[in-house]
Amino acid sequence: MIDEKLDTSGLLCPLPVYKASTVLSRMEPGQVLELVCTDPGSLADIPALARQRGDILRNVEEQPGRQVFLIEKGPVQ
Amino acid sequence: MSGRLALVASKGTLDQAYPPLILATTAASLGWEVGIYFTFFGLDILHKDRLQHLKMASVGNPAGPTQIPTLAGVIPGATAAATAMMKRQMQDAHMPSVAEFIDMARELGVTFFACATTMGVMGVDESDLIDGCQIAGAAAFLDFAAAADVQLYV
Repeated sequence: MIDEKLDTSGLLCPLPVYKASTVLSRMEPGQVLELVCTDPGSLADIPALARQRGDILRNVEEQPGRQVFLIEKGPVQ
Repeated sequence: MSGRLALVASKGTLDQAYPPLILATTAASLGWEVGIYFTFFGLDILHKDRLQHLKMASVGNPAGPTQIPTLAGVIPGATAAATAMMKRQMQDAHMPSVAEFIDMARELGVTFFACATTMGVMGVDESDLIDGCQIAGAAAFLDFAAAADVQLYV
């Protein structure tokens, strides 16, 4: 079940992290964000974002030239 | 998890304005508390007029957007050309401008410390700076940085 979608294709660091954080901040705990990135750094950055924010990285799918992440918003601190 | 990042931004060239702003907006996006101490020429990044005209050095800079021989770098217009080239490269990569990064950082609650000594030395008035800066000396910044998880000097 996907509640929000965000496509950051063509954007470089820090924009995928910045935009994902903005969307996650206005979501409810337990809701899921589907995030598409093409920045190769995102493969390392998005797991770090989830860890630091306290969200849960549900899935990472590597497709040719892009990655699709499923992030579940964690409990609000 | 949440942390605190304390940055010193000491350089006022276009290329050196980006790293502290990128790190600050990233850390704030991770949920961290962030403060940047803008000191010496780094204070230009907070200067209403000068922040619009930050430049790339064309002389004595072997690492610019294009390889300009040192002697060619002194030709009038070379600095403007290097600056325009860098701005175009950033634009083509869909990267925000320095002013846009400042707005992003401000919206994320990043604290901008303006070095009081630099203001005194360079004749910068509080009204010359963008809104929301906190005028501070080294002690006030160190008090913030002492409790930081990461401290970096740019």
